[in-house]
Amino acid sequence: MSTATATSPVRAVTRSRLFWPAVVLVVLLLANLAFTPDFFALHLRGGHLYGSLIDILHFGAPLILVSLGMTLVIATGGIDLSVGSTVAISGALACLHISESTDPGSLATVLTALGIALGTALVLGAVNGLLVAKAGVQPIIATLILMVAGRGVAQLITDGQIITVTSDPYKMIGGGYWLTMPFAILLSALVVLATVLLTRSTALGLLLESVGGNPVASRLVGIRAMRLVALVYVFSALCAALAGLMVSSNVSAADGNNAGLWIELDAILAVVLGGTSLNGGRFSIGGTVLGALIIQTLSTTVYTIGIPPETTLVFKAFVVIVVCLIQSPVFRAKFAARGARTRRTTRSHTAAPTNREVGA
Amino acid sequence: MSKRAAAALVAGAMVAVLTACGSGGGSGSADKGSGHKLVVGFSQVGAESGWRTANTKSIQESAKKAGVELKFSDAQQKQENQIKAIRSFIQQKVDVIAFSPVVESGWDTVLKEAKDAHIPVILTDRAVDSKDESLYVSFLGSDFVEEGKKAGDWLVKEYAATSGDVNIVQLEGTTGSAPANDRKSGFADAVKGEPKFKVVASQTGDFTRAKGKEVMQAFLKSQPKIDVLYAHNDDMALGAIQAIEEAGKKPGTDIKIVSVDGVKDAFTAMSQGKINYDVECNPLLGDQLMELVKKVKAGESVPRRIKTEEGTFTPEQAAAALPNRQY
Repeated sequence: MSTATATSPVRAVTRSRLFWPAVVLVVLLLANLAFTPDFFALHLRGGHLYGSLIDILHFGAPLILVSLGMTLVIATGGIDLSVGSTVAISGALACLHISESTDPGSLATVLTALGIALGTALVLGAVNGLLVAKAGVQPIIATLILMVAGRGVAQLITDGQIITVTSDPYKMIGGGYWLTMPFAILLSALVVLATVLLTRSTALGLLLESVGGNPVASRLVGIRAMRLVALVYVFSALCAALAGLMVSSNVSAADGNNAGLWIELDAILAVVLGGTSLNGGRFSIGGTVLGALIIQTLSTTVYTIGIPPETTLVFKAFVVIVVCLIQSPVFRAKFAARGARTRRTTRSHTAAPTNREVGA
Repeated sequence: MSKRAAAALVAGAMVAVLTACGSGGGSGSADKGSGHKLVVGFSQVGAESGWRTANTKSIQESAKKAGVELKFSDAQQKQENQIKAIRSFIQQKVDVIAFSPVVESGWDTVLKEAKDAHIPVILTDRAVDSKDESLYVSFLGSDFVEEGKKAGDWLVKEYAATSGDVNIVQLEGTTGSAPANDRKSGFADAVKGEPKFKVVASQTGDFTRAKGKEVMQAFLKSQPKIDVLYAHNDDMALGAIQAIEEAGKKPGTDIKIVSVDGVKDAFTAMSQGKINYDVECNPLLGDQLMELVKKVKAGESVPRRIKTEEGTFTPEQAAAALPNRQY
């Protein structure tokens, strides 16, 4: 961070860190309206809400969870590439347990399955955390191990097959409805809320930011960085496991090969779109949620507008570049400066100071 | 550095074990053949899907049935493992080498080595992209274009009496993959004769259930009228069925579904009337392969391209075949 951060106009820009992702999200949604007139329409169908907006939230829920864990990891200056594999492993474990049990529809079976999946994630996260915090392995390498090996483990669990389960309590997690809303949306909203409370109403968030911002200084003021860093990897793995349960529950099947494939990249992108720097330090959970929703809206837009699959990636890349540019303070300042210069030449000299304030 | 070495060691050991398993199993049944038994080296892509597992099983069982000694090796989706396996087959002087190439290119050197050792090579399931056609004797596998065409032909017949527009949505396979490209073009060819067939939306679902469901949900909202869903594989169709049901519509009735593959889960759905037509993509090519191996060894001339025997299934046929479905 440069020293300019302290001055008041720049603080106004940082305050609008949430503003720009929100603008992009709204623009994307409005773009859909042009192609699908009833895009914002919400119906009550079969006792639950039905509409494109619900779909975006519903399918975005796993990504929001994974990105949430990723945000805290990135805040400490790390990165967690293993989340996609954790998604696959947790779904595979849960579905394997349910499919092998004698009573797949019982709540006890499902709770045991959840226990197994989340317990395993705890161990996986702890391994990542210890590798990074204790052994001092670079985060990208430490988590790369599980990213590569984990997918193999997931395939080993499913025996290379797709495990199909029929269990109503399990279907609830990712495909069920509660109070007319998809349960997955409520669940991820709950986790996000709890995380915000935990990090912002206690000192935890501040400690994470200080560890990420300057590890040496934080150690010197007496913060136990090692424990904190290990903890965020465990948290990230748990979030990923929950997302894995959602993904597999939504389709009632575990696919060790494809579940959560490349979700780590989407999660990193969501965090970055949300305005959290990959260098660590300050983080924004609200921004991350917006980032994840932007990514999901982008996918939905591709489907509804009917962009051919061959050009989908180019379209997505273009939108992401535009969003990143809009979010870059340097780019905005240059853009605004150019605007201000042209205006200054046309206007009288006295108007210049006000323009400058607006531009900054 | 040491980590990489360890990983390589483990991978190497795995290949060795797998090869050993294959030859061990083969020699067990080889006793009565008194030395003149055919020896076939087979290198499989991996075990990435149920389809592939069924493919492996079929080849192993057919070899046993045909009295052929099979040296089986799993490449775990890596070309270098496959090249290693083929070289070891050459050293062991097997009679015929068969393999499903992981990727299309980069085979010339190792296939040249096989040719120099006078060991004929048969490709199964996937083709290689080589200018020198003498490097392999035959390619045995599915014709994806034909599969798409069969799906389209059914649709033309099904809607022969309808004069109004038929709105079709298409769930494509992984963009750029041969099955996705070919199933798309085969289908398009079959329905292009009649302008009433309109593909109103087409997106990739990456051959997966989750993506199939997600894309179908979006289609259901953006398209006012959908008559038919054409899915490039069963998994996407199964995902889409869930989406259709959640939208309060009846799959198979409100929206007719035609799909490709013929896996067990799809047959279950068909027996419940949720899929209307399924084109088989047959992994059980073991018997055909063994027949081909014997012909090649006997010096008979074989066709360059052999298509696997593939059928199509209506819900009634699927319900009947369901109890015996292996994959």
